[in-house]
Amino acid sequence: MTTAIQNHSSHDHHGPAKGIGRWLYTTNHKDIGTMYLWFSFSMFLLGGAFALVIRAELFQPGLQLVEPEFFNQMTTMHGLIMVFGAVMPAFVGLANWMIPMMIGAPDMALPRMNNLSFWILPFAFAMLASTLFMEGGAPNFGWTFYAPLSTTYAPPSVTFFIFAVHIMGASSIMGAINIIATIFNMRAPGMTYMKMPLFVWTWLITAYLLIAVMPVLAGVVTMMLMDIHFGTSFFNAAGGGSPVLFQHVFWFFGHPEVYIMILPAFGIVSAIIPAFSRKKLFGYVSMVYATGSIAILSFIVWAHHMFTVGMPYAAEVFFMYSTMLIAVPTGVKVFNWVATMFRGSISFETPMLFSIAFVILFTIGGFSGLMLAIAPADFQYHDTYFVVAHFHYVLVPGAVFSIMASVYYWLPKWTGHMYDETLGKTHFWLSFVGVNVTFFPQHFIGLAGMPRRIPDYALQFADFNMISSIGAFLFGFSQLLFLLIVVKCVIAGKKAPAKPWDGAEGLEWTVDSPAPYHTFEKPPKVE
Amino acid sequence: MGRSFQWMMAGMLVVLATSAGADWEMNMTKGVTDISQTVYSLHMIIFGICVVIGVVVFGVMIYSMIAHRKSQGAVAANFHESTWVEVLWTLIPFAILVGMAIPATGALKQIYSKGDPDLTVEIVGYQWKWRYRYLSDDPSTEISFFSNLTTPPEEISNEAPKNTNYLLEVDEPMVLPVNKRVRFVITAADVIHAWWVPELAVKKDAVPGIINEAWTKVNVPGIYRGQCAELCGKDHGFMPIVVDVREQDEFDSWLVAKQDEAKKLAELTSKDWTMAELMERGEQVYGTFCSACHQADGSGVPPAFPPLKASPIALGEINKHIEVVVKGVNGTSMQAFGSQLSEVDMAAVITYERNAWGNNTGDLVSPMDIVNYNAEQ
Repeated sequence: MTTAIQNHSSHDHHGPAKGIGRWLYTTNHKDIGTMYLWFSFSMFLLGGAFALVIRAELFQPGLQLVEPEFFNQMTTMHGLIMVFGAVMPAFVGLANWMIPMMIGAPDMALPRMNNLSFWILPFAFAMLASTLFMEGGAPNFGWTFYAPLSTTYAPPSVTFFIFAVHIMGASSIMGAINIIATIFNMRAPGMTYMKMPLFVWTWLITAYLLIAVMPVLAGVVTMMLMDIHFGTSFFNAAGGGSPVLFQHVFWFFGHPEVYIMILPAFGIVSAIIPAFSRKKLFGYVSMVYATGSIAILSFIVWAHHMFTVGMPYAAEVFFMYSTMLIAVPTGVKVFNWVATMFRGSISFETPMLFSIAFVILFTIGGFSGLMLAIAPADFQYHDTYFVVAHFHYVLVPGAVFSIMASVYYWLPKWTGHMYDETLGKTHFWLSFVGVNVTFFPQHFIGLAGMPRRIPDYALQFADFNMISSIGAFLFGFSQLLFLLIVVKCVIAGKKAPAKPWDGAEGLEWTVDSPAPYHTFEKPPKVE
Repeated sequence: MGRSFQWMMAGMLVVLATSAGADWEMNMTKGVTDISQTVYSLHMIIFGICVVIGVVVFGVMIYSMIAHRKSQGAVAANFHESTWVEVLWTLIPFAILVGMAIPATGALKQIYSKGDPDLTVEIVGYQWKWRYRYLSDDPSTEISFFSNLTTPPEEISNEAPKNTNYLLEVDEPMVLPVNKRVRFVITAADVIHAWWVPELAVKKDAVPGIINEAWTKVNVPGIYRGQCAELCGKDHGFMPIVVDVREQDEFDSWLVAKQDEAKKLAELTSKDWTMAELMERGEQVYGTFCSACHQADGSGVPPAFPPLKASPIALGEINKHIEVVVKGVNGTSMQAFGSQLSEVDMAAVITYERNAWGNNTGDLVSPMDIVNYNAEQ
């Protein structure tokens, strides 16, 4: 017993293990966070490459580069990889790195599970990507995989897709359990709930959403599996099932899922805007309640994705009203950010630029979301490029910009070096212009009547599609600059102080830069 | 602030005004039905409110970014909450939303209103075409036909210049009478499709096993084009919709002509066909229904779409060949064409497949053979 304790205390002060073993066996939240972030970035490039295939084909009317069959595989894989491979793991990576440091904890509550929840992901995505080389091709039924296109009419690779989704779901659920356990049990003395940084709050709520809906996703893909291989008829009308049931179950997962991808972004922006406005976040308490309200509302709005499916009048009205309500707490958040900037002392370092762009462009995505909530108008918008423009506005300059903002914000803490500010600003402006040139014209072609998910289009949509494709290539290739900046900062750079941003607040800035391998072995005291 | 606001509004109006006439179509169509106009105004109202809110919010933000810069010596204030402001910016948006919900609910009510239809058309989505059936109390006067894309493959593959209605043209449009309430009953035969014509503001999913309803009353005669709006597989982008709205008398004569055509087809079924006649008709049918997958030269796209050239089925027993075409092949993309093709077309295409591309079996399958086959089932 004594030896065990002694071993334990000598164990406390060692650094990372050497070689590949460090990464394979690590239970360190910082190592795991780093792996999540690099994994996410590689998926971002892969999903981005698929997007560029799509935009290259749509550069002009006619079929130039790919066959419709392959085009459908590209739209499907782009969506799946970006949602499950790029955005979600990036937020989990940030949670791993930052939550323990923000609440004064030495590590995550369940470190071995943490290792497992990361290391099953590469297998899931390797399996998903391998479907591209299978007979019959990769999944080609859209990331929303509506039955019966994804069951009776699916390529054989659908089974691999289902298994990959199961693994991703398991990873997410384990990650969520870990985050909740950490926040509940490992806060430093004095770190009461209403003192937690908003990133911690938004992730706590996100983790609950994950635990609530990932099993629903697992359920729906299992029902597909049963229909395909075991003769059931959940989604097969001929056997007494209903294709509409699929959509209800899918969107009961799918709508909270989109908030899973945006709530942590709210938390990040709520850290960065006060830091560079040198002024406390306006309305902290209302931010917490607004996040909670959005999460609760997310469970009763799912059928607004299905306004044209043939629902009765009462259902249309209910889902229209409940969806519109989301604008209230979301509005509160936007107003709070603006009020934080108002009469601040603002400077425009790269993280701030990304955060300001987040607020403006996410709000534009919110406006189109409000328009889409209006059921009678949605009959014209539904399944057009207007929808594509809407969700890309909330996900790219929304979720993705917030992730980039956070990388720039915390890179000095992670690497101990300052990133190159000029290159960072260049990356921002290229991304900002690229994103808007890509997605703004998509509002127009959607309103003018172009359906989504088509490989070829009528001539009146040609001009805006060409502009959109040019923007996409600009945005896509700008991300190589991001890679360069990060690599450069990891290798070398100006030495970063413990707190490189004079307006920043939080426990993470009380430890050295780079953050030592183990932080807060003795809990800090929070007044 | 007030000045810049006016300028931004003026700019927005200029953009909207010029967009109306330009080739760069960028807004929703007003359409040609009462409902499409209601939906258009609703869209513009909501859009306008969003623009105003955006100008105010972004205005304050941009003002802060200019006036409260650290580089200009701005010193941060230290307020960080205010109950009455927070209550106010919860209540005001709520009130605006109520203001939006009122016209939206009205429009929805109008779309869902009941009424006696003057005409009912059944719409069935297939991979990748539409079938229209004009329902009638007297089954002998019912007509039914498929509506297929007619854009030539050379235009799609950029070997020929594209015509104005590229991808939005069909062999047989849906014909409707003007100023009549038309009821649509919509379903699908395989996967989910969605029938959408922007000018009618009708978009409804066609779901296999479920019958959806929609209706329209078109105010202006003309040709209106739309597309399938729900991903339905390979050729989702290639199943357009064309609605040809005519004056009542023109519609009536079209309907009578269609009914005569149906009668003639019945006569054709019993006539004696020559090999040359069947081959000629078969080639047309093949081009419309089969070549998308099995290719014009019968080479297919293996493994998903097997070749017909020298295939065991096309060279084998005739009844087996008929069975595959009539019933389809379970678990593959091969559909059951029994409900899609007339006996004449069925006989013609099977004869064609057994004798084209060097499949010289010399077999002649007559329409009566198909009638007999169906009778035995």
